Amino acid sequence: MTEASASSPAVLRGRHDFPEISGRIGSIVLSGRLPRHFWTAFFLCFLLVLLLLYSITYLISVGVGGLGINMPVVWGTMISNFVWWIGIGHAGTLISAVLLLLRQPWRASINRFAEAMTLFAVAMAGLFPILHLGRPWFFYWLLPLPNVHMHWPQWRSPLVWDFAAISTYATVSLLFWYMGLLPDLAVLRDRARSRPAQLFYGILALGWRGSAFHWARYQVVYFLLAALATPLVVSVHSIVSLDFTFAITPGYHSTIFPPYFVAGALLSGFAMVLTIAIPLRWAFSVEDLITVRHMDNAAKLMIAAGMVVAYGYVSEAFFAWYSGEPYERAMMVQRAIGPYAPLFWTMLGLNCGLLQLLWFRRIRRNMPLLFAIAIAVNIGMWIERYIIVVTGPSRDYLPSAWGEQSLTWLDFGILFGSIGTFFALIFLFIRILPAITIFEVEELAEEEGKLR
Amino acid sequence: MSAIAEKGSGSGIDIAALRRRLANGRDMWRSLDEIAGTVEFRRFVEAEFPAIAEHLPAKPNRRTLLKLMGASFSLAGLAACSRAESIVPYVRQPEVLVPGKPVYYATTLSSDGFGVGVMVESHEGRPTKVEGNPDHPASRGATDAVMQAAVLTLFDPDRSRTPLKDGEPASYGDFLKDIAALVSRWTASQGQGGALLLDASTSPTLAAQVDVLRARYPKLNVYRHDPLARPTAGQASRALFGSTLTPVYHFDRAEVIFSLDADFLGEGPGRLAYARDFAARRRVRSPADWMSRLYVVETSPTITGATADHRLAVKPRDIEAVAAALRAKLGAQAEAPRSPVDPTWMTALSKDLVAAGRNALVIPGAHQSAFVYAIALAANAKLGALGNTVELIEPPDTLQVDGDLTTLCEAISDGVIDTAVVVGANPMHTAPAGLNAHKAFSSLQLLVHHGLYRDETAFLSHWHVPAAHELESWSDIRAYDGTASLVQPLIKPLYDGKTLHQLLAVLGGQFEIDALSLIRQHWSEINDEAWRKALRDGAIANSAAKPASVTAPPDLGGLKPAVQAGGRIDIRFVADPWLRDGRFANASWLQELPRPLTKIVWGNAALISPAMAERLKIENGNVINVAANGVSLDAPAWILPGHPDETVTLSFGFGRKVGSVAALSEGYDAFRLRDGTEWFATGAAVTPSTNDMRVITTQHHQAIEGRAIVRHASLDTFRQDPHFVRKDAPPSPTESLYPDWPYNQEAWAMAIDLSACIGCMACVSACQAENNIATVGPDECERGQEMHWLRVDRYYAGPLDAPDTFFQPVPCMHCEKAPCEVVCPVNATVHTHDGLNAQVYNRCIGTRYCSQNCPYKVRRFNFLDHQSFDKDEAGSEQGVHNPNVSVRSRGVMEKCTYCVQRISAKRIQAQIENRDIADGEVVTACQQACPTRAITFGDLNRKDANVVREKTAPQNYPLLEELNTRPRTTYLGRISNPNGELSKPGEAIDD
Repeated sequence: MTEASASSPAVLRGRHDFPEISGRIGSIVLSGRLPRHFWTAFFLCFLLVLLLLYSITYLISVGVGGLGINMPVVWGTMISNFVWWIGIGHAGTLISAVLLLLRQPWRASINRFAEAMTLFAVAMAGLFPILHLGRPWFFYWLLPLPNVHMHWPQWRSPLVWDFAAISTYATVSLLFWYMGLLPDLAVLRDRARSRPAQLFYGILALGWRGSAFHWARYQVVYFLLAALATPLVVSVHSIVSLDFTFAITPGYHSTIFPPYFVAGALLSGFAMVLTIAIPLRWAFSVEDLITVRHMDNAAKLMIAAGMVVAYGYVSEAFFAWYSGEPYERAMMVQRAIGPYAPLFWTMLGLNCGLLQLLWFRRIRRNMPLLFAIAIAVNIGMWIERYIIVVTGPSRDYLPSAWGEQSLTWLDFGILFGSIGTFFALIFLFIRILPAITIFEVEELAEEEGKLR
Repeated sequence: MSAIAEKGSGSGIDIAALRRRLANGRDMWRSLDEIAGTVEFRRFVEAEFPAIAEHLPAKPNRRTLLKLMGASFSLAGLAACSRAESIVPYVRQPEVLVPGKPVYYATTLSSDGFGVGVMVESHEGRPTKVEGNPDHPASRGATDAVMQAAVLTLFDPDRSRTPLKDGEPASYGDFLKDIAALVSRWTASQGQGGALLLDASTSPTLAAQVDVLRARYPKLNVYRHDPLARPTAGQASRALFGSTLTPVYHFDRAEVIFSLDADFLGEGPGRLAYARDFAARRRVRSPADWMSRLYVVETSPTITGATADHRLAVKPRDIEAVAAALRAKLGAQAEAPRSPVDPTWMTALSKDLVAAGRNALVIPGAHQSAFVYAIALAANAKLGALGNTVELIEPPDTLQVDGDLTTLCEAISDGVIDTAVVVGANPMHTAPAGLNAHKAFSSLQLLVHHGLYRDETAFLSHWHVPAAHELESWSDIRAYDGTASLVQPLIKPLYDGKTLHQLLAVLGGQFEIDALSLIRQHWSEINDEAWRKALRDGAIANSAAKPASVTAPPDLGGLKPAVQAGGRIDIRFVADPWLRDGRFANASWLQELPRPLTKIVWGNAALISPAMAERLKIENGNVINVAANGVSLDAPAWILPGHPDETVTLSFGFGRKVGSVAALSEGYDAFRLRDGTEWFATGAAVTPSTNDMRVITTQHHQAIEGRAIVRHASLDTFRQDPHFVRKDAPPSPTESLYPDWPYNQEAWAMAIDLSACIGCMACVSACQAENNIATVGPDECERGQEMHWLRVDRYYAGPLDAPDTFFQPVPCMHCEKAPCEVVCPVNATVHTHDGLNAQVYNRCIGTRYCSQNCPYKVRRFNFLDHQSFDKDEAGSEQGVHNPNVSVRSRGVMEKCTYCVQRISAKRIQAQIENRDIADGEVVTACQQACPTRAITFGDLNRKDANVVREKTAPQNYPLLEELNTRPRTTYLGRISNPNGELSKPGEAIDD
């Protein structure tokens, strides 16, 4: 770890050549010889996938009453899971689109799996608004479809905006990811030995030949998509936050929410990037491609986002006091000392307290510690979403209606099931597609002069 | 087996009995067999289905329960198939029966044995809703929460469906055969060894029938078992006036009322009428209006105490001392006995009473000792109130009995009684602690039980005969003031149940007679026209008892205080306000209806004071062991603000495990601790334990948090500042982004008078019955998933030991700028042309955003499938559904609709007649049930409408007006009338 102790570690270590890079990255996929613990971990995730399927079946056949929700707190983990997952997706988009536009070279080796992470996180997030519904089989009524029901979605409802925002986000993320995959799919097609693999990657590569025309078109489209995706980083979570802001419930009705949600999204997103990257670079020995520099940068972004989130917490409390609204004030006090106080203080400890360790370079570059902090922030951010969802309605206007919801096995079954499914998808992705962008790392090696 | 074949030819016919029967009869007869007992000629189809095994686990879940209900219903279908009938559609429509149009019949429901007149809504012969009968003195158009559930108990799938012989299904014919044998035995022995155990009832026909039986069997003993009996009024009046009399109060004439532990708004046969009169005297709309003043001294918090202007909580043992102190004050004795109540309070009270003179009213608690009763009567006499605010009448209950359950058990043990016929009562559950009724009844040669359910007593009995439900029966009954009214059936008995009149007739050897002819026979002095009028009006005209003219003696007729105080802790027994002695334990509406003060559902708790909880270091739900009378029971503690210290309130009605719904509920059986028919016990011991028991409540927060939710003032403050509700009220915005709604037709609105609301929960129960609101069960209630569209919030203010209690009914506010409407993504909640905030169930996909955005939290969500839609699973309880209201499936939001089905019905009627809907024509279910007329509903576009008048009252205010939701439901601030000489209650007592 000589370079790790340097003031600014390189984004690429050692010297490489093109066949070496494409061979190393491609062979993870093509040789299919993955370490035993990869499959062990995948099997554990698969168990969680089964848990998710069971929980969803139970939820749909019995009803949302199986969850801990009640009157007055009719929104629960389905909404907080949704917000959490959507937030996690944001870091991927930020890395791939915003950093691309800002010409940050260090993104090259992590952008692919960050994008995959976005996609899978959005896929998970997309489940929850449907599972949240009392009658999930009618979720398509939110769509402006001409139908025999003779009614149209109500455009004043943030849930309709939400539906549009999420589907846009999912579509753009998918296109962007697939677009970036094309050159690499062609590499895999060319390196594949077996006929099925050649066919599979060949079809997916859409006839990419690597001609100058292709590259020119690719650059235009990729940058255009990046330009399209960039506002989504801000807009999607802003719109998600409007679900809350639009409501008059104390604790929801706050103008700070859009930026605060976006910052929270980036915080949890980078935490998830680290949660995936740290084991990944260790397991596949690609520490020279995904270097400590990447981890360090991600940690810096985390603390930057974390400080904005902390500012959000402070301003939420300040404006509750400053508004003079008794309901807002009481809700804020109840959040700190009421039935959800343990969760609230845990959240503050994890998202604001623990995060401050990242000011120290030695901690940022200590992978086990960084991993632990990333996990803690993931947990803290989930709690934050849960706190936001439940404390408002549990302490709103009429004290007679105050009440707390509970958490049942189904709440946890679906949460952990979705986490397992997310990681199972990540594992499948690593197995089937190049987790590190081959051509961008090659480009990087060229530009950095690291070619042999 | 045919009865004839079994009987054989050699079973000697009692010739002497035949001669007697033929002596005064002119009926034709064919054979000796026929007149000896028509049972010999009857051959009933044997009930072929096997006994329904009691497979219920201790706590079945809701689904199992529904399945079992469904299964038992299909079996019931078999049971009903005793005779094949060919059914054809109407060839000619019956005159009153238009499909889809309900008809109403006047009948009377029994409440602890006294009649309350009702109008029952019937859809194509299916009774679905109970309304009060405006022409009946005990109802005056109102109902209470329990009466609403009459239709539910009618369709209860757990009801007994077939006679049981030794627990096995048997035919009614077999029963008649056995009774025929009993009749011959009793005829021979003049009823030797026979006992009749009756439930509380004021039926004149029943009394007459009992007299007939007594004449026929002179040695027959008649007992009455009424676990909720309150016999002291008679004792006191006998001591004072030498005759058994019972008081009737006139709150419409009362100016100053003092209640000595009387819960006249919540208990007793006259409570609905009393509440109506009481509230009418406290109706303040302008500073010129005047209201009565209520002082309450009580031993357990009640809704009457919550309504009082001055309330004191004392231990049960101290009530007699309070009464004695009152007597001393009024008699101006120099030396007043030691009083547990602050003397200044007593002085202020007595001054107030004396000032009111004949318009004063002192009410003793019906369960109080004869001493307290006599003091109250004497006080009224002294004040001149006797004959004005209090009238004494002959008790409506004329039945003379030989004793109660205790006497019966003694007689059984002594071997005097070998045969008992139990009619209606369930002594195996309600027997007091010291009495081993089970052992006594087990030793009987023949025990016949007649009841609605196969209850604890039915299990023990040799013969159980299903009773006809009140809504299936012909009967008659008297109200609190003696008014007789008729009980007429709304439906043919679902399970071939027999009325108690039929059963008594059978005991008298009249095997074939139906109840109608028995009743008609009893009322033979009124002609057919008067009979029809009585049936139509629901009361027999001019049948109320005439007030007796009495003069009170100077002394108390030798009555002495009854309390023998021992130990420190008292127990106060109360009947559960809904389940009473447990007879309604299988009615899920009542199990799930929050108790007025504790808001506890599906169980009961031992109520204690905050100070006692502090001393014992216990919290809500901690188990305490309460020991008295040599027995003890474990009960979860519940800390009730305002509860007298060193007192435990235990309520009857729970702890039953018979019946699928009753078995779901929790709680303890307080009868296990009760001695005789006592309502108080002294010298109890309370030991906390480390265990917890679940107590489910629907309201977890009691404090008002300094918010302007319930606005209240004293009458004096109101006179100085009629607009007190505006004082310190947050500013209410008037601007909105959205344009105002135009109302070309009606604009419905509601006003709720918080001064009138007594928190009796009748509105909630009525709403549940009207709108097919599902019950969800204890687990779901604990999770907070209950479904009542209307809730009555209860708040406390002031000191913990003597708080002010406020009730606030909260239905949907039908906001003009409804926060729920804008957030629904699928347009499932919309504003209607007449101002309602409508919920379209079919459109709702269950995002629950509307509820999240409702500041009043009045929306209710079907978290689970609470209604059965499966035809094979649907039980008879489905029969209770109002056909005009959709039954909601899982996953949809629902809420108060202002009874839109009633609005529509009236609108259709008005359009047919080409007129506007008249004011007062549309009456919501909650409004109709309300005993105090706290709820007003009508059209804001009619300037003469009642609701407009209410809303122009100075104390009218919208809830949470600062949110600019512009509610259509508004409240009239609560006005109380405290005595200016007294500081706030609680501050005065610290001696």
